Amino acid sequence: MASRPIKFYQVGSHAAGNRLLDPELSSVQADPNRSNSITKGHRACQGCGEALGARYALDAAMRATSGQLIAANATGCLEVFSTPYPESSWQMPWLHSLFANAPSVATGIAAALKVKGRSDVRVIGQGGDGGTVDIGMACLSGMFERNDDVLYICYDNEAYMNTGVQRSGSTPPAARTMTTQAVGAEPGNVFGQGKDMARIAMAHDIPYVATATIADLRDVEAKVERAMELHGARYLHILVTCPLGWSCAAADSIKVARLAKETGLFPVFEAELGHVSAVSKIRRRRPVEEYLKLQGRYSHLFKPNRREDVLAHIQAIADRNIERYGLL
Amino acid sequence: MDKPFAITLDVGSSLANKTGAWRDERPVYVDRLPPCNKGCPAGENIQAWLYHAEEGRYEDAWRQIVQDNPFPAVMGRVCYHPCTTVCNRAELDEAVGINSVERFLGDQAIEQGWTVQADAEPSGKRVLVVGAGPSGLSAAYHLARLGHEVVIRDAGPLPGGMMRFGIPAYRLPRDVLQAEIDRILALGVTLECDHKVADIQDEIDEGAFDAAFLAVGAHIGRRAYIPAGEAAHILDAVSLLRSMEGEERPLLGRRVVIYGGGNTAMDAARTAKRLGASDAIVVYRRTQEQMGAHEFELQEALEEGVVMKWLSTIKSAGEDGTLTLERMELDETGFPQPTGELEQLESDSLVLALGQEADLSLLDGVPDLEVADGVVKVDASMMTGRPGIFAGGDMVPAERSVTVGVGHGKKAARNIDAWLRGSAVAAGPTKHEEASFAGLNTWYFSDAPKTVAPRLEMVRRQSSFAEVQLGLDAENALFEARRCLSCGNCFECDNCYGLCPDNAVIKLDPGARYEIDYDYCKGCGICAEECPCGAIEMVPEPS
Repeated sequence: MASRPIKFYQVGSHAAGNRLLDPELSSVQADPNRSNSITKGHRACQGCGEALGARYALDAAMRATSGQLIAANATGCLEVFSTPYPESSWQMPWLHSLFANAPSVATGIAAALKVKGRSDVRVIGQGGDGGTVDIGMACLSGMFERNDDVLYICYDNEAYMNTGVQRSGSTPPAARTMTTQAVGAEPGNVFGQGKDMARIAMAHDIPYVATATIADLRDVEAKVERAMELHGARYLHILVTCPLGWSCAAADSIKVARLAKETGLFPVFEAELGHVSAVSKIRRRRPVEEYLKLQGRYSHLFKPNRREDVLAHIQAIADRNIERYGLL
Repeated sequence: MDKPFAITLDVGSSLANKTGAWRDERPVYVDRLPPCNKGCPAGENIQAWLYHAEEGRYEDAWRQIVQDNPFPAVMGRVCYHPCTTVCNRAELDEAVGINSVERFLGDQAIEQGWTVQADAEPSGKRVLVVGAGPSGLSAAYHLARLGHEVVIRDAGPLPGGMMRFGIPAYRLPRDVLQAEIDRILALGVTLECDHKVADIQDEIDEGAFDAAFLAVGAHIGRRAYIPAGEAAHILDAVSLLRSMEGEERPLLGRRVVIYGGGNTAMDAARTAKRLGASDAIVVYRRTQEQMGAHEFELQEALEEGVVMKWLSTIKSAGEDGTLTLERMELDETGFPQPTGELEQLESDSLVLALGQEADLSLLDGVPDLEVADGVVKVDASMMTGRPGIFAGGDMVPAERSVTVGVGHGKKAARNIDAWLRGSAVAAGPTKHEEASFAGLNTWYFSDAPKTVAPRLEMVRRQSSFAEVQLGLDAENALFEARRCLSCGNCFECDNCYGLCPDNAVIKLDPGARYEIDYDYCKGCGICAEECPCGAIEMVPEPS
């Protein structure tokens, strides 16, 4: 794994920091001088995982590049809640692109920097799952295929949240959204559809692909740091909880993301040049039910009747991930 | 207006948007009472000294202990560590070895020669302490630090009470005990040994003492009537253990039977083994679950070859030392009842470990004192019915242990001080709500490598009267201290600061913890949920 194991210090490498820890070994987020790339006053919902994921990733990238960083941001929650005209939460060079073309804009910035001979300035493209997996996928695939020098980060909250929770290509099976209502014989989103964006990225054989969740900020930071050591097209897919769209308690935002990983539903791994190079093992394995029960978007699986068939199907997905990536 | 086309407003920061107005609950940092602190009979602030020890600041840790307890090295050896029994970490993997760390700190203090000074100006008041056991020495220590002149009188030849004449040397080496007593005496406390106080009121009057603290202990072994032949060798455990401090070792023979199921019975049996007995058999009329001895004492005794005979009473002792035992059976209330089944047990000597009583003759003739069930009644301030006479330790109604005695000494000293100064005892900080295991988020704690426990276990070795339990070295003492979960009290892990989606937690300087920026905190509750030690509470906003 990219993250560094830390000698036993009460909370080891699980918590953000620790007063006993050498500052060198502390996370970026524990640093009182972190850059706070996205600062307070933003209008994200209570407990927003995307606001958290974006700060983890960008603060780490800011540290890795000594602040020489530009981000292109697709339309979506992250852009809407951070930048209602004329206010902005961004404390770094940041520009808003169209919904579909953030990867292309990032490519353009990288090309311009190359022309100007600014090899010190690095580029990030970012967006939600809608802008990445659906609307911007052609641009993203092109960016991968050309191996443009951009780290693209997808903050995956598994639906179009800011427009009112519509299904995206990243919405998991059985989840309720406004466009996949919990009605009929197969309530919620259908099985067998949707896209596994990390594996699609890997299929381009680009230098670096990784997944992460907001439940492990050190892991996110380590992956961003690793990505910034490399050049060419890189892709980071971060699962970010959406308390509004997933209908879970705001306080449980991190807990839910942790369960996504610990159940095996969301495999956390790294891949270099198309091959899985490391996986985050499950530390305390839990049945998928524990993950699903915390979220109202799956409540139809438990009431009025328990849908054993659907639960078994979802568990099978987790089990397959565990087997595919060797998560145990 | 020289703005670009279609731009009418200046660029602003989202800091203008005070999202704190969204909140209906607010996070508040709290301190909760950790179970170890609550469980300590000596009132030690365990978590606070572990906090210092975690940083390797051993002297600070030791100074925190001696605020409450002058005997860290003794405590770390003989305390039955109720702190560890209630430690929340036991639910995660294994309890923190609090007493091992305490012992390490105590030993460090002796090695480094750390000392304490009086905290207060001389008060001009004189206090007589009767009994130089754990309770009396603890009271003397605290009284001296509070500025009073203290004289201790003890009937025995050396100070220490049950710590010297009851606890075997293999559990508490005498040089360690002496070092900690010497540190108390160095505060200017006067010790008069071989001075049995026969009449407390006389001595108070003669010595012009302003107050007295009595802690004479319980040194008389309780006897049971057992018909015995003349040649039968019967003695009590208290005398046996006391005689171990004399020049001549008692002769017990090869087969020794000990009667009783408490810690003293275990001490006597293990001492008999060390004196060369091939068999040390403990006869107890109830079962293992009901015995008074602590589990680890029993285990260590069994490891050393002591044999337990449960559900048996001793009916009589014959001329040749043959004991007649009767098998017992528990009735439905759990009380042992005789069955009439008899058996014979060879023995060279029989040691009675059936409990101890206090010699209260020094109180004869003192008015207003209330004695019931062989112990002296005291009020919440440890004062007897006689104003100015306080009492503690084994001679008052309480669990009898060194740690309880030390706690009594501290409590009495603070109350004597208040009484002498005519003031009320300074109220301690109000007790916080207890920190439960359920309030922790244990995900964040490292799994302590399993090498720790075996290492602690492996140091248990038996060799004559040398100490059985060895100490930790600096490295594993540090490790053990760092296993503390800091239940209910912030230990600055930065989780709240790192995990706030709204940057609404302000990280203050080291040691000063954090502050919530309520202008921006939306009240999501992530910080409270993800706090490893349960030190953040969500409180409803006033409507």
